[in-house]
Amino acid sequence: MTYSSEIAEPVTVAVPARAVLRLSGITKTFPGVRALSGVELALYPGQVTALVGENGAGKSTLVKILTGIYQPDEGRIEVDESETRFPTATAASDAGITAIHQETVLFDDLCVAENIFLGHAPRGRFGLIDWTRMYGDAAELLNRIGARLDPRTPLRDLGIASKHLVAIARALSIKARVVVMDEPTAALSQTEIEELYELVDRLKAEGKAILFISHKFDEIFRIADRYTVFRDGEMVDAGMIADVTESQLVEKMVGRSVDTIFPERVSCVGDEILTVAGYAHPTEFADINFKLHRGEILGFYGLIGAGRSEFMQALFGVTRPSKGAVRIDGKIAVIRSPAEAVAKGIVYVPEDRGKQGAITAMPIFQNVTLPSLPSTSKNGFLNLAEEFALARTYTERLELRAAALDRNVGELSGGNQQKVVIAKWLATKPKVIILDEPTKGIDVGSKAAVHAFMAELAAEGLSVIMVSSEIPEIMGMSDRVIVMREGRIAAEFDREGLTPEKLVRAAAGYKETAA
Amino acid sequence: MILRFLKSREAILLGAVLALLVIVESRFSGFAAPGNLAAVFNDTSILIILALGQTLVILTRCIDLSVASNLALTGMVTAMLNAAFPGIPVVVLIALAVGLGTLLGAFNGILVWKLDIPPIVVTLGTLTIYRGTVFLLSDGSWVNSHEMSAAYKAFPRAVLFSLPVLSWIALAVVAGFAVAVTRTPLGRAFYAVGGNPHAAVYTGIDVGRTRFAAFTISGALAGLCGYLWVSRYAVAYVDVAGGFELDVVAACVIGGISIAGGMGTVGGAVLGALFLGVIKNALPVAGISPFWQLAISGAAIIIAVAFNARSSRQPGHIILKSAERTA
Amino acid sequence: MSLTDTPTARRIPDRLSGQGARILRSWELLLFIIAVLIFVGNTQASPYFLDAWNLSDATFNFTEKAMVAFAMALLIISGEIDLSVAGIIALSSTAMGWALQFGVGTPVLITIGLSVGLLCGAFNGALVTRLGLPSIVVTIGTMSLFRGISYIVLGDQAFNGYPTDFAWLGRGYVFWVISFELVLFTVFAVIYGVILHFTNFGRHIFVIGNNPTAATFSGIRVDRVKMILFLLTGLMSGVAAVCLTARLGSTRPSIASAWELEIVTMVVLGGVSILGGAGSILGVVIAALVMGMVTFGLGLLNVPGIVMSIFIGALLIGVIALPRLIRLVRTGKA
Repeated sequence: MTYSSEIAEPVTVAVPARAVLRLSGITKTFPGVRALSGVELALYPGQVTALVGENGAGKSTLVKILTGIYQPDEGRIEVDESETRFPTATAASDAGITAIHQETVLFDDLCVAENIFLGHAPRGRFGLIDWTRMYGDAAELLNRIGARLDPRTPLRDLGIASKHLVAIARALSIKARVVVMDEPTAALSQTEIEELYELVDRLKAEGKAILFISHKFDEIFRIADRYTVFRDGEMVDAGMIADVTESQLVEKMVGRSVDTIFPERVSCVGDEILTVAGYAHPTEFADINFKLHRGEILGFYGLIGAGRSEFMQALFGVTRPSKGAVRIDGKIAVIRSPAEAVAKGIVYVPEDRGKQGAITAMPIFQNVTLPSLPSTSKNGFLNLAEEFALARTYTERLELRAAALDRNVGELSGGNQQKVVIAKWLATKPKVIILDEPTKGIDVGSKAAVHAFMAELAAEGLSVIMVSSEIPEIMGMSDRVIVMREGRIAAEFDREGLTPEKLVRAAAGYKETAA
Repeated sequence: MILRFLKSREAILLGAVLALLVIVESRFSGFAAPGNLAAVFNDTSILIILALGQTLVILTRCIDLSVASNLALTGMVTAMLNAAFPGIPVVVLIALAVGLGTLLGAFNGILVWKLDIPPIVVTLGTLTIYRGTVFLLSDGSWVNSHEMSAAYKAFPRAVLFSLPVLSWIALAVVAGFAVAVTRTPLGRAFYAVGGNPHAAVYTGIDVGRTRFAAFTISGALAGLCGYLWVSRYAVAYVDVAGGFELDVVAACVIGGISIAGGMGTVGGAVLGALFLGVIKNALPVAGISPFWQLAISGAAIIIAVAFNARSSRQPGHIILKSAERTA
Repeated sequence: MSLTDTPTARRIPDRLSGQGARILRSWELLLFIIAVLIFVGNTQASPYFLDAWNLSDATFNFTEKAMVAFAMALLIISGEIDLSVAGIIALSSTAMGWALQFGVGTPVLITIGLSVGLLCGAFNGALVTRLGLPSIVVTIGTMSLFRGISYIVLGDQAFNGYPTDFAWLGRGYVFWVISFELVLFTVFAVIYGVILHFTNFGRHIFVIGNNPTAATFSGIRVDRVKMILFLLTGLMSGVAAVCLTARLGSTRPSIASAWELEIVTMVVLGGVSILGGAGSILGVVIAALVMGMVTFGLGLLNVPGIVMSIFIGALLIGVIALPRLIRLVRTGKA
């Protein structure tokens, strides 16, 4: 692999005496939520610091402060021990801070090379952008990280993993001293992950300070030198990786012992209720076959971008599959729209709560009664008393915390918004409920409530499909697990004898024989 | 395959313009003669210039409906100044027109940027305000040809290397835009802001400021066209270029500038304007009542937008390896 | 974590007190105050303003536009727009004028006027919902197309000679100074108010405008709702075409020219969010009164129409900009 001299200036690193970047007392409040309160963070040259914390712990807010997207309400940012500020994203990158963001902050309409160099494109005569050099530099960078992509391809023609590689190339195109990696391996295959590790080692050797955000503990112990733990917007602990064990780190992160999180449940799986046969889509998934039983919790595991949500949305009628059939209670069911899915007893709690689930600018009770309006209304005219009654029944069952039912959903915390979306669907009395990353981005308390409620529903005979990228959740809740990879079913496991290793291998495409 | 199709959107439009020329020429020979084509181009120059300004605005997911009113106001101001003080050099008047147009455009831009008011509301409002101001200034009266100085009227018509100055100005604007849009950071910022405003912030691009720039440039060009229009037709009145903003938007839409932002080229906008220009000039030649023009351009807009939407429709996320295009 | 989370509250109240405060801060109240001020200003400015017949005449300034604005309000709340309404009026009026030469009676004329409106609405709706095209571009196209067809049919000619009983629809009075159009305006205001605020369909309109994706994911047939709204807007344009043609007694292709801008202005001034998801029919009614009174009052002072349009344009930007400007100054960001 070639080594670009423009980016790499190898420095021999002695024991780091001082931090390149130091944050102290950083506080950030949003309407209704304190995202960060007085957090500390220090990054040292030639070292990888792992930032550990649950979803909603404040990690992504911190990344946005580091990269100039958000301004902290209070606190100091020091670069080389002198105080500074990052009023814009440009200011942060000028200070030598670069970040690998998720693929959603790229531009679908622009080509790969421009996505890498937008904002700092190579200039030629008269200060004009030099496209020839840009394509050349892009090719070199992509080659360096082992990505086989044509710089001229429009980004929209790439899959999620390739887009992620473009995001990495973009981060490396800036001459940086600090590299922030926000879950960089989430959508990558095992070979791509190995290549990324090599890259991290090389960046360390070059003396760059790296902030590595990850949920995968094997990964953290593989490449990190230091750790910092966030919980509920506060910094809980920091130290050297060599001084802790995995379980200690988990305990710091969660704030209690892990095995108490999931509800005890006796699975009582009944008759077959849903059969999916040969579902396929031109670009998203292929050959999906499985059965779901009454009272069963079926877990769907996979990397981000493995096609799980896309398949679920096709099953719910949002998109149309090109092939395949569904049977509900043994009868062929044609589902061409969400309305038809709901009518047949299939409901879907989407992952993207703000965009697809909750109508945040409307009141709680109107959100809950939305699909049930035919039952609360008379001849198409609204009946507010009936609506409040129905909303009350289900929100109280889910222990919703809100000031009043006519308050807008947007005023609630993430966990309570999720409860509203779940209440909305339970009010339709479904047969099958699909929960897509049901506890993503919600606080620990709400998480436990959602898990307990899920177990309760299954015990009452409702069938649950749970899409989750969190191994503990998959392991703790599912009766059976299906693993998807690159749009196909890669493996199916029963609860008995299921191990995290098996899941990870199947999801990342590791051959069993390689072990 | 889809990509090549997309890339040739301008080629298809060029084909349509050429086909139109061939059809008209085959029945009424002489239409496609170089001299007449130059006349058609000259006649379309103002539409081309305004369409380019509008292109920037639409690229950033906005719309500027006030361009024709801006044009009328700046045109009236230059005409009245010229009538009152014939001694003011034309160059000064042009600079004034561009300056006033810039201010009017910047006013739109500042409302969109600082107050975050939807562009369609802002420019709907300024459309009526600017047009009404023309009335207030002129008291509803006309500035006629005989009140204008000879120099004022002569400039856009002066012939330079066998083309009128008006055509040269349009060509210069086209060339300038072609370079600026593809090869300057601001030019690329228009695409970034419209393509994914959220991501633009991460790239260090100020979304509001970029939109402000687009409105300001659009206003400046409208100001320039104010002088060009009034001097070319040698008359200024309240309803100058009334409803012309829709022709400008139509030229952009026909040229494949996506109203959703972030997609479109300078070549497309120029061809879109030329398409309308050729139709407008061909109708009288073909003996068709000019009353057909409105319906034809309306139909052209619908066909163009339907066609563009079809060719850029996404099949969904790309997850299956077989569906991905890699090198 | 959230400030609104009250861990102790087991039972959640339906509503919190403080409904009064909400009304005090409402757009409709602000608009109503503006309307009152204009009314008082007009009475001071001209002694002829308070005459019942003069006031009655003044209603013709807004009744036809407002009837279209009601349907347009629903459409804009759902996140779409129809700029072709004035084009529809022109085409619908032309169709009625064309039918005249076959000696048809008033019922047939009305049927033709309304049917053309519906057809035009269906055409817009199909392009937006079936082909998934942006409504602003589609209706800029159809606005030229519909009016263009009128120009092809009429050129610089006009249709005249509408029957007298037809003319009554635009000029007739039901009782004393209460015109037929004013009655129609009131009836439609009530109908659209009920549809928007008291039916499931109205709730769906708000949901779609707030979050079309979540609406789809909640099982709402978004395209069907939007199609119905385009049909209603077309139909109301047909109604306006009947009234306007009857009132003018003739059809020219330039009829109702630039009305689309006035109608959209009326809707937005009425507090309907141009981005969709919020608004009320009451607001549109008050906005119609405001615009009608401004036009009438300035008319009494012999101010030309185009100057009134400056006032309306400034009002449109001003009422939207003012609250934002105050917020900006308050938060201290320049």
